[in-house]
Amino acid sequence: MNVLLPLPFVLPLAGAALMLPAWRSQTWLRLLGVGVTAGVVAVSVALAVEVAREGVITTQTGGWPAPLGITLVADRLTVLMLVVSSVVLLAILLYAVGQGVVGHSEARPSVYYPAYLMLSAGVCLSFLAGDLFNLFVGFEVMLASSYVLITLAPTPARMHAGTMYVVVSLTSSILFLTTIGLTYTATGTVNLADLSTRTEDLPAGTRTALALMFLVVFGIKGAVAPLHLWLPDSYPAAITKITAIFAALLTKTAVYAMIRTQTLLFPQHDVGTPLLVLAALTMVVGLLGALTQQDIHRILSFVLVGHIGFMVFGLALFSVAGLTGAILYLVHHIIVQATLFLTSDLMQDETGETSLERIGGLAGASAFTAVLFFVPAMSLSGVPPLSGFVAKLALLQAGFGSGRTLGYAVTSVAVLASLLTLVAMSRIWTMAFWRPRSQAPAPELPPEEKAGEEPGLSRQQRYSHRLVRTVTAGMVACGLAVAVLAGPLTSWSVQAAGDLLDRTAYQHAVLGEEAP
Amino acid sequence: MSLVLLVVVGVLFSIGFYLLMQRSLIRIVVGFVLLGHAANLGLLLAGGPAGAPPLLGRHLPGGERMTDPLPQAMALTAIVITFGVTAFLLALAYRSWLFLDEDKVQDDVEDRRVNAEARRGAGDEYASHEVAEEDHG
Repeated sequence: MNVLLPLPFVLPLAGAALMLPAWRSQTWLRLLGVGVTAGVVAVSVALAVEVAREGVITTQTGGWPAPLGITLVADRLTVLMLVVSSVVLLAILLYAVGQGVVGHSEARPSVYYPAYLMLSAGVCLSFLAGDLFNLFVGFEVMLASSYVLITLAPTPARMHAGTMYVVVSLTSSILFLTTIGLTYTATGTVNLADLSTRTEDLPAGTRTALALMFLVVFGIKGAVAPLHLWLPDSYPAAITKITAIFAALLTKTAVYAMIRTQTLLFPQHDVGTPLLVLAALTMVVGLLGALTQQDIHRILSFVLVGHIGFMVFGLALFSVAGLTGAILYLVHHIIVQATLFLTSDLMQDETGETSLERIGGLAGASAFTAVLFFVPAMSLSGVPPLSGFVAKLALLQAGFGSGRTLGYAVTSVAVLASLLTLVAMSRIWTMAFWRPRSQAPAPELPPEEKAGEEPGLSRQQRYSHRLVRTVTAGMVACGLAVAVLAGPLTSWSVQAAGDLLDRTAYQHAVLGEEAP
Repeated sequence: MSLVLLVVVGVLFSIGFYLLMQRSLIRIVVGFVLLGHAANLGLLLAGGPAGAPPLLGRHLPGGERMTDPLPQAMALTAIVITFGVTAFLLALAYRSWLFLDEDKVQDDVEDRRVNAEARRGAGDEYASHEVAEEDHG
């Protein structure tokens, strides 16, 4: 029994409830939102310390023993994801607080803040869930809030994107529910630890079918090619700070669930070969797609799809080295993808445009934004010594160490995909930042802004400008911190990957010592 | 009994997916509702045959089996979730109707742009006109 364990999702739920009676007061919404999210960060760090000291920790909510009650589990992977996600959630919330005053957001804060907290609750619950059905509930809480967020401040384009997003997500949720039903029929339990002891006795055919169904479910939610088609059409339509949180967390939560279910339930790894092929396909499709786009948000969305392939690649290798790479990549990508979307929002602030055809000369207009874009863009492309390099290196080493022909082939595709990322990022860099403004056929450009020094801006606007830029700079610094702390982070990830493949620590923590 | 329900689940799934492929949002909503029913029935089937009410501390006369309560609890939760989401979908369809004057899933703008560019390559005046209009719209 651990009191801290439910807090990462109970706090945001309570916060969202407390927002309802006082929804008129902007100050209250902001204070409560930031306070609760900061609380989640603190709890996550405390949980990480505890896991480092004691190993896997569990809580049986409601007091029923393990296979019957609702189990919450935190192991090394869980707390790592919790810490990184809560920091990103806090950063984007602060960004939204800053942008709320000026910026180009017409969203109603009384809807935005509670929905955002519900999203945080769903994400944290998905990480902590110790049984399949709770995982489903976590996903539903997260997705239901995302439906609200993506259609916030509705325009026709947003309605179109939102409708498609909702329908696709709902289809995958129904499939998830069906898969849970089938799993229960086959094994008689939905507790992950209990399941992990029972899947070995299933006939190989049933097991493979279940593994494939989980793959399809989380493949849709995580945008693994060829199930990715919804993502580049829906994400860019939302308000950019919302796209940032979607891109950072929603797909990564699905990848986390994929890693969790495949390692824990299907250690025989029957679906390794299709996973490797899908990983390669995702990288190629995503990044080639990115090269054909003109809109910055769409480029970033396609790049996001491509990089999901890297994480799936790490999982598909199914070795300690491969999973270590996947975990490092998750951490790196959550931070860097969010930073890139926030920076693209800053660029939109400067120019009012997101299409590469119409913007240019940003390097002269705002050198600060240029630096904020350059660092995460290079990190995403895997340029040393940034965080992307650390994660990619781990993956490539795992790929070359796999000793399988297909492993080598996909590793080469990964190298190619990194180069394509570099091309896509350089395209934004040269077109938006270095092309002379005269060559960019922009209809009108607002006057250059030197953050907060113009007499035309009110004190509140200056404050907001500064906050937005500070938060983005902070996110860039987080990305750099991942690179600086690569040593401890890698050893933590190696241990987490070892625990994932070993499974006994998880089973013992949930079911007690008598588990096989 | 179980076979009948299995067939029902299969039929519900096929009709649901068929309706999901339609353009009209209302049909999509109905399709989603049917899919939800199919999944919930599937959950119920997962619990095995029916039996005595599963109450704690109740002693059953020889040989009678208790119903498995867990799938029912899960089905209840799932019903609540699908109910809420269906309400949201209906609101979305209404909003979409207010905005676009029709409750249909629209063509994708980007697809149309690529399409139009291809046609423009073939010297189609109308296509470029269409894109220009969209850019302003």
